[in-house]
Amino acid sequence: MINFLIAVGILTCALLAIRENRLLISALWLALTSALVAFLMYQLGAAEVGAVELSVGAGLVTVLFVFAINITGGDEIEGRIPIPRPAAWIVVVVTLLLLSWMILPSLQLERYFHTLARQVEIAGLFRSILWGDRQVDILLQIVLIFAGVLAVLGLIGDIHEKEKEKGK
Amino acid sequence: MTFHLLNIAIVVVLSLIGIGLYGLMIARNLIKVVVGLQIATKGAILAFVLAGRLASQVDVGQSLALTVIVADTIVAVVALALAVQVRQKFGTLNIEALKTLRR
Repeated sequence: MINFLIAVGILTCALLAIRENRLLISALWLALTSALVAFLMYQLGAAEVGAVELSVGAGLVTVLFVFAINITGGDEIEGRIPIPRPAAWIVVVVTLLLLSWMILPSLQLERYFHTLARQVEIAGLFRSILWGDRQVDILLQIVLIFAGVLAVLGLIGDIHEKEKEKGK
Repeated sequence: MTFHLLNIAIVVVLSLIGIGLYGLMIARNLIKVVVGLQIATKGAILAFVLAGRLASQVDVGQSLALTVIVADTIVAVVALALAVQVRQKFGTLNIEALKTLRR
């Protein structure tokens, strides 16, 4: 029952994050979505990633959103929507049908029901898999983080230089 | 279909991807585009964890999900920095303003 309530909470928060026009409130709904997704991950046995999602998704990303909204002013934008709503709905429905068509047969129903029936023992192999089998992933993540930092420094630094020039 | 955790997780994965995609398409504000992207990516991350759970290899699913979380965060950081730049240059966050990039 608790899982059902969490799922309803996730979908409600995600919908409100999309529908809310005030950016700050939208960012807060997104943070709540992240927190609930982290709890669902914990329920699925992925405690480590759940903790990372909670700290990064609900924490760091929210701080970044608030920072960006603070700088940009977070004005509400009126005007026409880039893609008409009916067309957007059609694209979403077609995408979800395609996803379901691809995912559901690959679940191998017998194996799926077997997994449903038994409690899976969660082995504590995360550390060895992460640092042993997936070293390339770790290297890629380190490179990504440095690339992100350099990109932000380049973008934000440019603004400061322009402000200095204006000051002169 | 009963309210089993795995059934619920499949519905949440598909719904999050759908909501995120819809948000991406109807957003007028650059920052709202990033919000839509974040929601769709949360569906993808949850899909990795769910796939790991179904294959009884939760740790492999977790390591892949961790990679996606890192990449997603970097994308959000760079996209928000770009939004700040666009606001400085065009005076608005409306994505219609970016149509001038075509020229």
